[in-house]
Amino acid sequence: MTQVALERPPARQTRDATTWDRLKVNRDWLGFWFMLPAAAILILFLAYPLGLGVWLSFTDARIGRSGIFVGLENYEWLWGDNVFWLSVFNTLLYTTVASTIKFAVGLYLALLLNENLPFKAILRAVVLIPFIVPTVLSAIAFWWIYDAQFSIVSWSLKHLGLIHENINFLGDVWNARWSVIFANIWRGIPFVAITLLAGLQTVSPSLYEAATIDGASAWQRFRYITYPLLTPIIAVVMTFSVLFTFTDFQLIWVLTRGGPVNATHLMATLSYQRAILSGYLGEGSAIATAMIPFLLAAILISWFGLQRRKWQQGESND
Amino acid sequence: MKDLTRRTLMQGGTAAAAAGALTGPALLDWAKAWAQASPFKPEPGAELSMLRWKYFVQSEDDAFVKIMGAFTKATNVKVTIARESYEDVQPKASVAANTGAGQDMFWGLYSLPFLFPQKVLDVSDVADYLGKKYGGWVPSAQIYGKGTGGKTWLDIPVCYSGSLMNYRVSSMEKAGFKQFPKTTDEFLAYATACKKNGTPGGFALGHASGDANAWAHWCLWSHGGNLIDKNDKVVINSPETAKALEYCKKLYEQMIPGVVSWNDASNNKAFLAGEIHWTDNGISIYVAAKKDPTKQAIAADMNHAYYPIGPVGKPTEFHLLYPLLAMKYTKYPNACKALMAFMLEADQFNGWLIASQGYLTHTLNDYDKNPIWTADPKTTPFRDVAKRTLTAGGLGSVGEKAATAISDFIVVDMFASYCTGRTDVKGAMADAERQAKRIYRS
Repeated sequence: MTQVALERPPARQTRDATTWDRLKVNRDWLGFWFMLPAAAILILFLAYPLGLGVWLSFTDARIGRSGIFVGLENYEWLWGDNVFWLSVFNTLLYTTVASTIKFAVGLYLALLLNENLPFKAILRAVVLIPFIVPTVLSAIAFWWIYDAQFSIVSWSLKHLGLIHENINFLGDVWNARWSVIFANIWRGIPFVAITLLAGLQTVSPSLYEAATIDGASAWQRFRYITYPLLTPIIAVVMTFSVLFTFTDFQLIWVLTRGGPVNATHLMATLSYQRAILSGYLGEGSAIATAMIPFLLAAILISWFGLQRRKWQQGESND
Repeated sequence: MKDLTRRTLMQGGTAAAAAGALTGPALLDWAKAWAQASPFKPEPGAELSMLRWKYFVQSEDDAFVKIMGAFTKATNVKVTIARESYEDVQPKASVAANTGAGQDMFWGLYSLPFLFPQKVLDVSDVADYLGKKYGGWVPSAQIYGKGTGGKTWLDIPVCYSGSLMNYRVSSMEKAGFKQFPKTTDEFLAYATACKKNGTPGGFALGHASGDANAWAHWCLWSHGGNLIDKNDKVVINSPETAKALEYCKKLYEQMIPGVVSWNDASNNKAFLAGEIHWTDNGISIYVAAKKDPTKQAIAADMNHAYYPIGPVGKPTEFHLLYPLLAMKYTKYPNACKALMAFMLEADQFNGWLIASQGYLTHTLNDYDKNPIWTADPKTTPFRDVAKRTLTAGGLGSVGEKAATAISDFIVVDMFASYCTGRTDVKGAMADAERQAKRIYRS
């Protein structure tokens, strides 16, 4: 039997831990430094422009020269401006109608796609296409579809004998509003549908089985199992959807530029027209800043309305 | 270099002859000699960048590119050209002015330099040089260059893009007119008859920066209405404006439906498709029709005419000026001035006018003699647009307030909201007055 002498490692020099040694392994310290790049990007590209925009709204800055602080003057003027209130009305109408329909149809589509269908993966990819295509491209396509003289819809209906003259999609005030709302719905449904579908897949099938055994109908299963479990996802997706719809710019700008007669001007497009095209940076910033209360309200509604049940926070239900 | 006369144009074909005349060793020799003699010497090692409006007539852009090439060969100054849709030049120029970085020169619309007058190079020496050499600037160009009551030139008013009545001759005759109506009352009768015959027309009432502003201001001014008076006081709320609104509403009822959604390209498309038989536009419809083998009938059947005269009794047209400005932040101000002068010298500008086939109208009096204006009689009305036009702001000052009023579409929206029935006459005028007062408060 060989005896392998285990060498004892030489005695190590010990010393007291210095502050630096403690700092090196301190989670908060390390965490701060890891977080710094992301925080820098957020501050530079989100917080700074937001702060600058709010600041500009309190000045009379014009393009080409900086302005002086004028307090609430821009807001006072906007308070009495017909076109501004029209844009607020348009934005609220556009957001409420489009979001409601997107939610309803998106949820229905998600429920359908959740079933066992042939070619499920391809169907889901195809459904996502309207959302992936760059907005400007689909807006240009819609612009042609809605053209007052050359619309394919008018042409087809005329050939079928259902109408006698071209439909004035974008020249009539209410037609234009419904047309842009429809384009927005077409573009936004996939986002809602695919996100809700992801949420549906997290609902445990055993709950449905238990309910079916207990004799629940399809509607009762939806009402008491699917919908409550979906509310956190709905809160998230509808918050995003409302936010994006409220601040929509590209679709309106390409289709109507805010016309006819400002009937489709949203606050975002009006802000651009006043700030950049006309050069009134201060006033345009005020219009953009005026969007913040509405957006905050939307977020708060979704947070307090849909996310406050205890079991959603991980605790047991009352 | 062959003489550019009417005969050689007819023999050689227009654009080809012009292009031919612009290239070749003759031009380059001339350009080198010019560079020696010119009072504007570019800085050594200079390089320039320019943002210009995107061409409407391809041959005009080809000629422009050749002129830039000749300038580079003559002076060793490289010129980089960027093109934007003409409505987008102004926001880009504004941002460049605000940030102090961007292209050296901008070629935009109307009173662009007056949006940021302190950021723009003083080019009075170039303007004086060109004015002395070529018979003087037309009055409207002087206003656009110096501003109202200004002493220094902030831009070189290179050319106008005239917008005149485009109409189908056969439809006009069917409506019972031997020549295009000369007064606004006759014009309304003409439009009514055209609609009855199934050959309606249309003016853009949407936010079409060129076409809509052109006819809306004509309609307002021809009835004696004005946004501001000569002291920049807002006077839009007046009985004359009300008359203009009533006239416009009657005219709107004779137009094809959908004009409120039109942008600048819409009436071109509709006219070339035969959907409308009268509109206001530059010469681009005629040029496109001539080029397209399937549209020869339209090209042969159409013609151009001045806007009808209204109750005020004199022409009140509003044409689009394309001013060329240089920014103060440029590293090579002398090179900018040299390029401006080069572009408007006869050997470049004559060929360029011909290549643009009537789309551009000169602002220096000597270029009246350019053969493009007589080679095709349908082009001749465009020769005088620089002399017939009123300036942005009408009676008031050409400046940043006038530019803002135009880009805010105050006048166009006033007509559109009354015609579509969104407001009544008083409401439309009150809205316009309020917006104008905000812009014109001192």
